Amino acid sequence: MGKLILQRLGLGVVTLALVSVLVFAGTEILPGDVAAAILGQNATPESLAALREQLGLDAGAVSRYFAWAGGILHGDLGVSLANRQPVADLLWPRFLNTMALAGYAAIIAVPLAVGLGILSAAWRGSLFDRIANVVALATVSLPEYFLGLLLILFFSVQWGLLPSLADTWSGMGLGAWLQATTLPMLVLVLVTVAQIMRMTRTTVLGVMDQPYIETAYLKGIPNGRVVLRHATPNALAPIINVVAFNLTYLIAGVVLVEAIFNYNGLGRFMVDAVSKRDLPMVQAAAMVFAAVYVILNMIADISAIALNPRLRHPRSKEA
Amino acid sequence: MSANVLEIRDLRVEAPNGAVLLHGVSLDLRPGEVLGLIGESGAGKSTIGLASMGYGRGGCRITGGEIRLVGTEMRSASRPQREALRGARIAYVAQSAAAAFNPAMRLDKQVLEGPLLRGMPEAEARAWMLELFRALQLPDPEHFGERYPHQVSGGQLQRAMIAMAMAGKPDILVLDEPTTALDVTTQIEVLALLRDVIHRYGTAALYITHDLAVIAQIADRLMVLRHGREVEMGPTAELLENPQQDYTRQLVSERRESLGATADVHHRTGETLLSVKNVNASYGSTPVLHDVSLELKRGETLAVVGESGSGKSTLARLVSGLLPPRAGAVRFGGADLPPRFRDRSADQLRRIQLVYQLPDVALNPRQTVGEAIGRPLAHFRGLTGKAQRDEVARLLEQIGLPADFAARLPSALSGGQKQRVCIARALAAEPDLMICDEVTSALDPLVAEDILRLLRKLQDDLGMTYLFITHDLSVVQRLADRVMVMSKGRVVETNDTATLFAAPRDPYTRRLLDAVPQLRTDWLDEVMAARA
Repeated sequence: MGKLILQRLGLGVVTLALVSVLVFAGTEILPGDVAAAILGQNATPESLAALREQLGLDAGAVSRYFAWAGGILHGDLGVSLANRQPVADLLWPRFLNTMALAGYAAIIAVPLAVGLGILSAAWRGSLFDRIANVVALATVSLPEYFLGLLLILFFSVQWGLLPSLADTWSGMGLGAWLQATTLPMLVLVLVTVAQIMRMTRTTVLGVMDQPYIETAYLKGIPNGRVVLRHATPNALAPIINVVAFNLTYLIAGVVLVEAIFNYNGLGRFMVDAVSKRDLPMVQAAAMVFAAVYVILNMIADISAIALNPRLRHPRSKEA
Repeated sequence: MSANVLEIRDLRVEAPNGAVLLHGVSLDLRPGEVLGLIGESGAGKSTIGLASMGYGRGGCRITGGEIRLVGTEMRSASRPQREALRGARIAYVAQSAAAAFNPAMRLDKQVLEGPLLRGMPEAEARAWMLELFRALQLPDPEHFGERYPHQVSGGQLQRAMIAMAMAGKPDILVLDEPTTALDVTTQIEVLALLRDVIHRYGTAALYITHDLAVIAQIADRLMVLRHGREVEMGPTAELLENPQQDYTRQLVSERRESLGATADVHHRTGETLLSVKNVNASYGSTPVLHDVSLELKRGETLAVVGESGSGKSTLARLVSGLLPPRAGAVRFGGADLPPRFRDRSADQLRRIQLVYQLPDVALNPRQTVGEAIGRPLAHFRGLTGKAQRDEVARLLEQIGLPADFAARLPSALSGGQKQRVCIARALAAEPDLMICDEVTSALDPLVAEDILRLLRKLQDDLGMTYLFITHDLSVVQRLADRVMVMSKGRVVETNDTATLFAAPRDPYTRRLLDAVPQLRTDWLDEVMAARA
């Protein structure tokens, strides 16, 4: 099992290296260039050339890639082209904001969704199961900007309970922060709960058809215990996978929600950087998103390996 | 209070689609008595066993009758009442322990779960489990429970399942084909231990099986079932000696025949069709065949027998080109056969055909019988249109099915009919060699007998050559000219069928032959006495 996990870790590192090449290549072929963007109307061929040299844009792509990738390994994400500040200083606060919102949503969404999924599997076909499924289908089919506007309409405009803008600043109190971010959190929860719940339900039900579940019933084990002790542990690997998938969405896919609530997260940071042609910022943000994606999926895969009883308890014990 | 631990009166069970599985079956079970439920698939044996626990598999409903389990009427009992009885007064042993154990839970946790849940003190429950593990001769009984299901062998797991059922000290065990999935040498051990345990603790049992010879060793009385109805019931010895009903007579005589009769041996002296020389093969780095050689003459039947893991199916894969050997050579019809089927010529592929164990899986559910048989006709023989339809009709006739079956889908066929279609599909290619991989194992005894008869007829009519892979020695005796016994990837012994059965040279062959249950009630006693 240790070997399998090491292999998976190695694969994760290789994936990240490949992603870094793709990110770099992608930003290389982005139309327009930052020198033209900075100089705007005043650009002359001479001033463009001078600025390019000053920014290091005239070196070859390969050498610039290695300089950039080497910097990342030392924690140096480069310098913003637009305002000459280190990218790291600008990026990490926004990343922390994104992580805070994602964490807030995940803490509520994951247990809720897995719990609802298990319950609707245990009570398959009941009124609870049907209502949960209809609601899940409804929320998963509505786009998040529509859900967001709907929530703003009721919670902010009609009832005045929560602010429609998620303004946050460093040093604000936890209470104020929670109040500011609850609406975007609710949107994220609604979007993610449905998928995790339905996947949990399907997986647990798939396990419920296994002969060993029948064995448990024929041993006189009550339904709740059968679902929790016999079905759920065998359904964990796919559930962890869908949870990881949704966590990556919460971190890397929330740019629309950030835009609706004007939240200072990494998604908007990246969109701003793209519009300013600020390549180091774009590259750094893309690398962070890719790393989140790769690492979370790697954790899911490793958990699946670690949860497999055949790998955890190899046969050799028999001897 | 009655003296019976189980009384079933006029039990009716229906499937979710409305099909009636049981049409009013009644039975009584006295304390400590073993009642054998005998019948082919679909007879309703398992349905009775599960219904007596108040359980319907896959949405089956009990629609009529009474089930009185140690004084409680199961149909009107509440769910908690049923849960309190299951595992405590009546317990279930499934055919496949490998599927019936939770793969993610230690064995002891699963064995103890029921008793602990019902409030048995842990020390007492553990002591009882240990006693059971010992009685069932499980290795290292003190620590056996610490293992996970995949860490023990199939025979050990089946014994652990019996321990799990006995853990709640039930009055009744429902034993649903408890030894059917085991190898024949393992079956005899499990059967002897099982009989020992239920006698020692005075447990009554419903023993469900299709194998008369197995049930003869353990049951006090037998009930023969067919299509959800009782055919006949009586004391075991009496029923086997003197069956009253035609159906029972058929079952008994089929089993007797299968254990006695020997095929007319063809002593083939013609050309060698297939020769395998000193072949080694492995899956990845695990070697599965060691230095295997065989020769097969045209028109001959060579049976390859062995238990699971003996390498017999690997040999079939090797000859058919699905698994290239590591070393050694395969010659066919006087020429070297390329190791991979991709490198073989269309004619070489045509001349070797395979028939598989599971006809359900081997037929495409969306293809009609005519399409399934028509494909090799078009592919190998270029027959299309009317010529193909005529040939399909001829092949169907040859394998004993009406010509209008060509329009049917596999779902409209019985298991035996599907296997006939698979044979017709193989015949369509006009092969020289047919590899039959456990072709009768998934079929009921009477149906299997028909398939064997068909294969013999094809050999007489067409001079077909068979490489017949099986674990069932009675099949071998009825069909094969010669037998090759395999164990752990090696050839143990090859000989003429009659000689091998009369005078096995190798101790393993002898053990294998001795382990085949015989249709007399004292067989198991004799074997165990001979071993002791």
